[in-house]
Amino acid sequence: MIRLQGITRTFFVGGQAVHALAGIDEHIRPGEHVAIMGPSGSGKSTLLNLLGCLDRPTSGTYTLDGREVGSLGESELTRVRRHLIGFVFQSYHLVSRLTAEENVELPMIFAEIPRGERRRKVKQALEAVDLTDRADHRPDQLSGGQRQRVALARSTVMGPRILLADEPTGNLDSSSGAQVLGLLEDLNQHGLTLIVVTHDPNVARRAQRTLVLRDGLIVRRLQAHEIGNTLPFEDLPSEAAATPPDSPPQGEEGSVEASPAGSES
Amino acid sequence: MKGTDRLRFALQALTRHRLRSLLSLVGMAIGIAAVIVLTSLAEGARRYVTQQFASIGTDLLVVLPGRTETTGAVPGNVGVPNDLTLEDAESLKRSIPAIEISVPLTMNTETVAQGERRRQVAVLGSTENFLRVYSLEVGQGQFLSTQDAARGGSVVVLGAATARELFPGENAVGKVVRIGSWRVRVIGVLASKGAQLGINMDEIAVMPVATTMRLFNRTSLFRILAQLSPQVEADETALQVIEVLKQRHGEEDFTIITHDAVLSTFASIMNALTFALAAIAAVSLTVAGVGIMNVMLVSVSERTAEVGLLKALGAGPRQILGIFVTEAALLSTAGGLCGLAFGWSIVALTVRLYPALPASPPTWAVVSALVVSTVVGVLFGVLPARTASRLDPVEALGKG
Repeated sequence: MIRLQGITRTFFVGGQAVHALAGIDEHIRPGEHVAIMGPSGSGKSTLLNLLGCLDRPTSGTYTLDGREVGSLGESELTRVRRHLIGFVFQSYHLVSRLTAEENVELPMIFAEIPRGERRRKVKQALEAVDLTDRADHRPDQLSGGQRQRVALARSTVMGPRILLADEPTGNLDSSSGAQVLGLLEDLNQHGLTLIVVTHDPNVARRAQRTLVLRDGLIVRRLQAHEIGNTLPFEDLPSEAAATPPDSPPQGEEGSVEASPAGSES
Repeated sequence: MKGTDRLRFALQALTRHRLRSLLSLVGMAIGIAAVIVLTSLAEGARRYVTQQFASIGTDLLVVLPGRTETTGAVPGNVGVPNDLTLEDAESLKRSIPAIEISVPLTMNTETVAQGERRRQVAVLGSTENFLRVYSLEVGQGQFLSTQDAARGGSVVVLGAATARELFPGENAVGKVVRIGSWRVRVIGVLASKGAQLGINMDEIAVMPVATTMRLFNRTSLFRILAQLSPQVEADETALQVIEVLKQRHGEEDFTIITHDAVLSTFASIMNALTFALAAIAAVSLTVAGVGIMNVMLVSVSERTAEVGLLKALGAGPRQILGIFVTEAALLSTAGGLCGLAFGWSIVALTVRLYPALPASPPTWAVVSALVVSTVVGVLFGVLPARTASRLDPVEALGKG
């Protein structure tokens, strides 16, 4: 489903090269449930954006469903995002002026699905997250858990193959969080590839496996039973964490060459 | 994204930011209202002038003494122009069949007094045909008769305002007024007509032309007005007039104005005025457009996170562009329509207050104002919309 080979992503902040991803190799099979953990600035979100085709790697190849993402044009990327990928965010990202059902309808409007079919699918999607009675409420009239469930309905209404969730339970109390996680797992049971970025070991433990990121590299690959109650990166040696983010890690020549700013110094 | 969906989405976005939308809408509306009002006034002025000319007939030749155009004459060869005389006026009528009537005209300013009341009035000397050439009517009494004109009797016909001021609340007909040192009998009062070709016909006094020549001790005429027979070429007749007068004067020391020439001169002046006003209006439209651009720019930067989200949800750059351009177009069109209504009511109010000014918005102004408002809105909306469509979804989402 997803194959990453030597993925780097370099940003330039005030003329300085920042290597958010420094060489990622990974394979994620269809229907897998994968968690991504790591301290802030470790590259989790950058990786998620790359996986979601919101961003392109500086170097390396990303193959999604047999297609090489780097070679796709803007309109093809848009189509991939539209049909293959669903997003769920920590802060829901609902459009506040639109009702729950209008928010869920939005991706189908961009896909130019006929109105009648849209109605039907919106109804189904809201039913699936048990919010039929809140269809005409705006986000500010909904609780956090309800908002995240609307966002979940929106992310799955196009029937994507992959669901990318960035701290989906980060803003929720435990019971709402459990409800959202339950829904995510249901979807995963039905064959949806699920990738969850999280800080919460309890969330990570429910994934089949967990990737631990640090300084733009995967430093650990853990099975669910290997995750304890502490964060799986707190025991790592601290020198790596002390490395300033703008100085590239040792042995990552590829990413240095890819940054024109690096040659100036 | 289908048109109706885009429209709905844009409308929802606009109604959410009510105040901001309203402000830019007002900006656009003022721009359009300015176009409508300014062009209406210019159009009103143009029609007013045209009406003025229409009231004296299209078949009129005016002869005035002296050349108004400079010619390449050798210095020293230029004499003092001969006066236009009563004989000139009569000979025109005699020798040119195309001229139906020929009306001599003198004009002097003199004090007209009745008891203690005095007025400075334009005293015109003319004949019984004066009424016809200027399309005037008599209100009370009668106008100069053929005999009055021939005899040069001491009679006067007063303009409506002059009569009212000299004889407040009284009938002036039959009374005596003093013009200069002369005592003159009022035989009639003109019906009110207002200003015409720069002369306020309500504030004149008309006497037989021979009487004014004696009164002011002059033999020269101010103008000769020649009324042409119907279906006569004014230009051809003008040439004949030039021939006759040249023979009499020995040189071309007079100027002939045809109605058409005057009208076209005025028309070109009014057109220039209209275009100047349209240019001013265009500036206000541009300002309104910049206002819309500002609103859209603010809207884009405020909604960066939303743009990122829409991209994540599968909106392409073209769709994002479409959304923001549609918003701008909606704003400017709505502003245009409001401005149209606003401008129109101002014009209606003006016409109500000054009925003499036939102001009404020209069709071209209405159409172009609406077209331009939409085009300006879209053009100025495209820039921010492009900014939006090019936003990097990752950075955009990060701001949310």
